[in-house]
Amino acid sequence: MYRYDEFDHTLVAERIATFRRQVQRRLSGDLTEDQFKPLRLMNGLYLQLHAYMLRVNIPYGCLSARQLRQLAYIARRYDRNFGHFTTRQNIQYNWIRLDETPDVLAALAEVEMNAMQSSGNCVRNITADQYAGRARDEVEDPRPWCELIRQWSILHPEFSYLPRKFKIAVSGAPVDRAAVKFHDVGLYLRRNADGVVGFEVIAGGGQGRLPYVGHTIRDWLPKEDLLSYLEAILRIYNLGGRRDNPQKARIKVQVNALGPDEFRRLVDEEWAQIRRSALLAVPRAEIERIAAYFADPAWEVLADDPVAVTRQRGVDPGFDDWYRANVVAHRTPGYAIVNLSLKAPGIAPGDLTADQMDKVADLADRFSIGELRVSHRQNLVFPDVRQGDLPALWQELRALSLATPNIGQLTDIIACPGLDFCSLANARAIPVAQDLSRHFGDAAVLQDVGELTINISGCMNACGHHHVGNIGILGVEKNGQEFYQLTLGGSSGEDASLGDRLGRSISAADVPPAIDAIVARYRALRLADERFLDTYRRVGIEPFKEAVYGARAREVA
Amino acid sequence: MGLVRGGSLVPDPFTDASSLGELPAGVPLIISLEQWQVRRDELLARGQPLGLRLRSDQSPTRIADDLAHFAVVALEFPKYRDGRAYTHARILKERLGYTGEIRAVGDVLQEQLHFMQRCGFNSFDVVAPDAEQAWRTVAGDHTVWYQATGDGRPRALDRRHRR
Repeated sequence: MYRYDEFDHTLVAERIATFRRQVQRRLSGDLTEDQFKPLRLMNGLYLQLHAYMLRVNIPYGCLSARQLRQLAYIARRYDRNFGHFTTRQNIQYNWIRLDETPDVLAALAEVEMNAMQSSGNCVRNITADQYAGRARDEVEDPRPWCELIRQWSILHPEFSYLPRKFKIAVSGAPVDRAAVKFHDVGLYLRRNADGVVGFEVIAGGGQGRLPYVGHTIRDWLPKEDLLSYLEAILRIYNLGGRRDNPQKARIKVQVNALGPDEFRRLVDEEWAQIRRSALLAVPRAEIERIAAYFADPAWEVLADDPVAVTRQRGVDPGFDDWYRANVVAHRTPGYAIVNLSLKAPGIAPGDLTADQMDKVADLADRFSIGELRVSHRQNLVFPDVRQGDLPALWQELRALSLATPNIGQLTDIIACPGLDFCSLANARAIPVAQDLSRHFGDAAVLQDVGELTINISGCMNACGHHHVGNIGILGVEKNGQEFYQLTLGGSSGEDASLGDRLGRSISAADVPPAIDAIVARYRALRLADERFLDTYRRVGIEPFKEAVYGARAREVA
Repeated sequence: MGLVRGGSLVPDPFTDASSLGELPAGVPLIISLEQWQVRRDELLARGQPLGLRLRSDQSPTRIADDLAHFAVVALEFPKYRDGRAYTHARILKERLGYTGEIRAVGDVLQEQLHFMQRCGFNSFDVVAPDAEQAWRTVAGDHTVWYQATGDGRPRALDRRHRR
């Protein structure tokens, strides 16, 4: 993992000192809430329905056991004993006091974490594949590049007052686990025809009220040109992004209004001017310095499929289910990547209590070389587990309710905080997720249904990624009542697509039966081991409309 | 209110005539791009120093060939949230090679002074009861930064690898 040096530490400490002064000025009445708002937002502090919410960055999803213990301490000391992992590899605390916020930031700085730019119209936390550096299908580890981008983007003097927020995601693998095509800028590490690794650059993707799949604006970018090319994109956006309407201020609106070809032309023109600028040159020594932090840990020399696992798989169906759903192949023999599901039945997706955090940190030390990851699907990952330890780890995780065998399946639901916490929401999201996770509690059913994602948002801002769920659920408000609009066929993967609206919205109570009907229809229609998404793409929406709305489907849709 | 330059309040020899129809005689003026385009010969004939005020939707590249006529280029922040002038200042200084006064005008708040300075602004029409105090308050906020700009100050990474 990356470690702060004296410069990183000083930068963060100075930022906290500044914010402490600003908070004092707010508390003394020297600053109005209106004047204070942009200052607190740049430090990750929102004012929500009931209290201040602090959003803390987990850069590209990497977290150490020591950091997680500190997050537990903060949850206990400054919040109500829990934290909420979001879809952007952040953790949110929902009950923070304004006067204590500088102390929370100082506690974070002790473990080399911060909340800078987790909000505001600036470059947000850089996100990445949660299996980075460990996945078998990876072309190259994206984490050093993420760290390089992180540093370039933090307190950027030119790009701290963009038209709107700006999200960047990076994947080192062809299978997209980071929703790259739904970011303002998405990067895939790719090999060109000569076998040289560079970046495919995607721009203008996003969700929210105006969802777009991003466009490839450069097939292959040399790695050494990464910062100059990003600077060119940001400059074109800073100058040309709309500032008259916040709903239309994201880069996706600019890219799609200009068309990807014209946007590309503008970026290339700017890039030609700055490409060779010494101001953006990164010496090889710095790349190497950063990359050294992500060197492989001292893995033991082991063989795949140890006896301990094969024996357990034969006798314990619970272990079998978990192994199939939550354990992923690691690129080193004898090791495995293990997902910790934060989606146990009845739990708010992404929530973890302080006690669970402490225990997970201990398990990470014991089973995963002290390191863990956070995924955009709001789960945790142990990246370096010896396969022989899997049965023991499973037992421990089960005791913590973190072994629900549902990764990538029907009850691995993404949900935003919704009307329970958020001042923007129109409807609750968490209770709908809780209902569904209880309703589909049977591991055998989940396993039979297989890969099927459900994403729930409490409003059009789409923080719960409903547009890209295989099944999307959007909370809407009609005459003071909450209803839910279903979409089908969304995907955040490399085969990205936006979901299609199924029909009229339904009540919360009707959501589980509607999902039942969709799942039943899929099971009836699928060919062999076809995924839900593939069946949907083959047969279209009509059979599912009929399944949910009955014979009158065409009339009500 | 007041103009801060080099850390101190300084008198402003210029009169901002950019929104005036009648141009006051006998004083250095700051004028708009539109005034410059229409009254160029008249303005040059005055024999007084000139300044140009650009709105945030007016790129300095539009007057690249005329920059030698201006002692001041004032870049406007209609709202502090409108960050276009940061880019304009960098292009003015770093690309067009302008070495005169680059003045931040409009909604210029103390919290933005550091970023403005790093982008090439060297005078600031600060919105604060005591502009000099505002400057002093934030002057020591940052000693480390990750980006290089035309101000020549070394990045964290330059300092890392110098040793």
